[in-house]
Amino acid sequence: MSNAIVSHQSPLIELREVYKVYGTGQAKMQALAGVNLTINRGDFIAVMDSSGSGKSTCMNVLGCLDTPTSGQYLFDGIDVGTLSRDQLALLRRNYLGFIFQGFNLLNRTSALENVELPLIYRGLPAGERSERALNALNVVGLSGWAHHTPGELSGGQQQRVAIARAIVTQPAVLLADEPTGNLDSSRSREIMELLSSFNSELDITVVMVTHEPDMAAFAKRQIHFLDGQVVRDDDNGGAH
Amino acid sequence: MLWNAVLLAMREIRRNLMRSFLTVLGIVIGVAAVIIMVTIGGGATLQVTEQVASLGSNLLLVSPGQRMGMGQRSSASAFRLADAEAIAREINNINAVAPSSSQGATVVYGNENWSTSIMGSTNQFFVAGNWIFESGRAFTQSELRAGKAICVIGESVRKELFGSQNPLGQKIRLEKFSCEIIGLLNAKGQSTMGTDQDDLVVIPLRTFQRRLSGNQDIKLIQISVNDGQSTQKVKQAIGELLRERRHIATNEEDDFTVMDMKEISNMLSGITKVLTTLLGAVAAVSLLVGGIGIMNIMLVSVTERTREIGIRLAIGAMEREVLLQFLVEAVMLSSLGGIIGIILALIGSVTLANLMGVPFVFNLIIVAISFLFSAAVGVIFGYFPARKAAQLDPIEALRHE
Repeated sequence: MSNAIVSHQSPLIELREVYKVYGTGQAKMQALAGVNLTINRGDFIAVMDSSGSGKSTCMNVLGCLDTPTSGQYLFDGIDVGTLSRDQLALLRRNYLGFIFQGFNLLNRTSALENVELPLIYRGLPAGERSERALNALNVVGLSGWAHHTPGELSGGQQQRVAIARAIVTQPAVLLADEPTGNLDSSRSREIMELLSSFNSELDITVVMVTHEPDMAAFAKRQIHFLDGQVVRDDDNGGAH
Repeated sequence: MLWNAVLLAMREIRRNLMRSFLTVLGIVIGVAAVIIMVTIGGGATLQVTEQVASLGSNLLLVSPGQRMGMGQRSSASAFRLADAEAIAREINNINAVAPSSSQGATVVYGNENWSTSIMGSTNQFFVAGNWIFESGRAFTQSELRAGKAICVIGESVRKELFGSQNPLGQKIRLEKFSCEIIGLLNAKGQSTMGTDQDDLVVIPLRTFQRRLSGNQDIKLIQISVNDGQSTQKVKQAIGELLRERRHIATNEEDDFTVMDMKEISNMLSGITKVLTTLLGAVAAVSLLVGGIGIMNIMLVSVTERTREIGIRLAIGAMEREVLLQFLVEAVMLSSLGGIIGIILALIGSVTLANLMGVPFVFNLIIVAISFLFSAAVGVIFGYFPARKAAQLDPIEALRHE
């Protein structure tokens, strides 16, 4: 039931010589310094970065939340740089799911309404909307917590609400920025198994940032960043 | 898309109850203050105008002496009946000349007594003062000439002495003599100055002079000018006539006063208009303060709202969807505040108008202006910060601090 992209000739995502520069003059900082990356349908990628910069920026660019300073981002063969703001919004709405490091849930809003939000923008009728949202909460193991607000949930529970919100639309690509950063190891494994199942069962392409090799081991492919560049691209062979 | 925006706006209002409440409150206070003040002010103006009109705006009051400032008058000899007759004879464009004299006295009927003002005058008094007979009749010429012991009473005197009884044909005692009631005047209510115009007993001038005052003095001549004629010209003609009759040299001041009710009415309605404007200005300040309150609430929440907008954009909301949601939210809150404000103002001004004895005048323009102003404040300060945020890249909006 995933949103199949029409053409299957080109890779799903392609970054060509992408630069992202913050600040000017002395304070100038290159977060991305010429990134070349190809992501195919069905990939499960762990992005690792020992230097601590670049990977989040890369995720934001991939999620169309941030615009690169230069370079090309092709999504299913379409140059994202040529799209209007509204077209970008529709791309995010229909094909991308994003799990933020800081959750970015609406506070004072129930878990259910948070998860419903992307479906409202998709224009789903109320009945189907809450059914799918409850289902997504079920998948992440929060069935009893639908009417709790983020303030009433633990960090791990908030993380899972954020995951439910990202997968409720069954996106083509799931972008996760340190999805296990706030969880203990057993919870982390649960989340990773969840992401693996999305990848294998729902055919969702997953790109995940992590700094833990244990978690990266769940991925089919590991990409290492250093100083804003991809320095290693290993195939795990789905070893998990 | 609109329905989605309404749904999201309602969720947003429910999520931020306090903020929504304060926004609505600011609008309610602003709208209600302006409407109440202007309505009461307008009612007071109308009341003054009506009272002056009931007195007859074409009325000239001629009295001996000059006003010397607060309540003081220079002494001067009173008029004689001949002065009034001369005015009636020689001045054009007037329809009634009522010479009168009055004094306070206690009137007694049975066990009831009431202290009132006794007015000695002619039938012209009823014409000049626009008096209407509730029942009974005015004096006849022979009664006036003979100085008969008869009287016409005002509504307040009737109420005090007779209650529910019919006063016509009854005899009341005025100081040393008793007289028969032949007429009852229609109620006029309070005068502009706050005195009760209906608290009087009118008797023929001759009766007054013979039985009460014991002299021929005329203390006041009321002259009503024909409709459409300039009171100013008549006033001047009367002044010249009286100067001549009272032998005042050209270099001397008048020793009498001609008051023009139109001038007084203009002056009074001028004052109430100034007061209304003043009240309106005070109210406008409260509207402004309410507006600034709304502005503060909106601006304080910009950080939170910017992050919220970032989340919505990141999830796939288009800029115009976010803006429509904020616009709907602002319009809903502003309209709610405006409607509550108008309802409160109407209740408040009807109550206040009753308490103050002022007529209630509904001023649709003020209602519209104050509603639109506060709605505009709500919408502008709710919408424009949101617009700024919605134009950012999602990641910038999310990082906003």
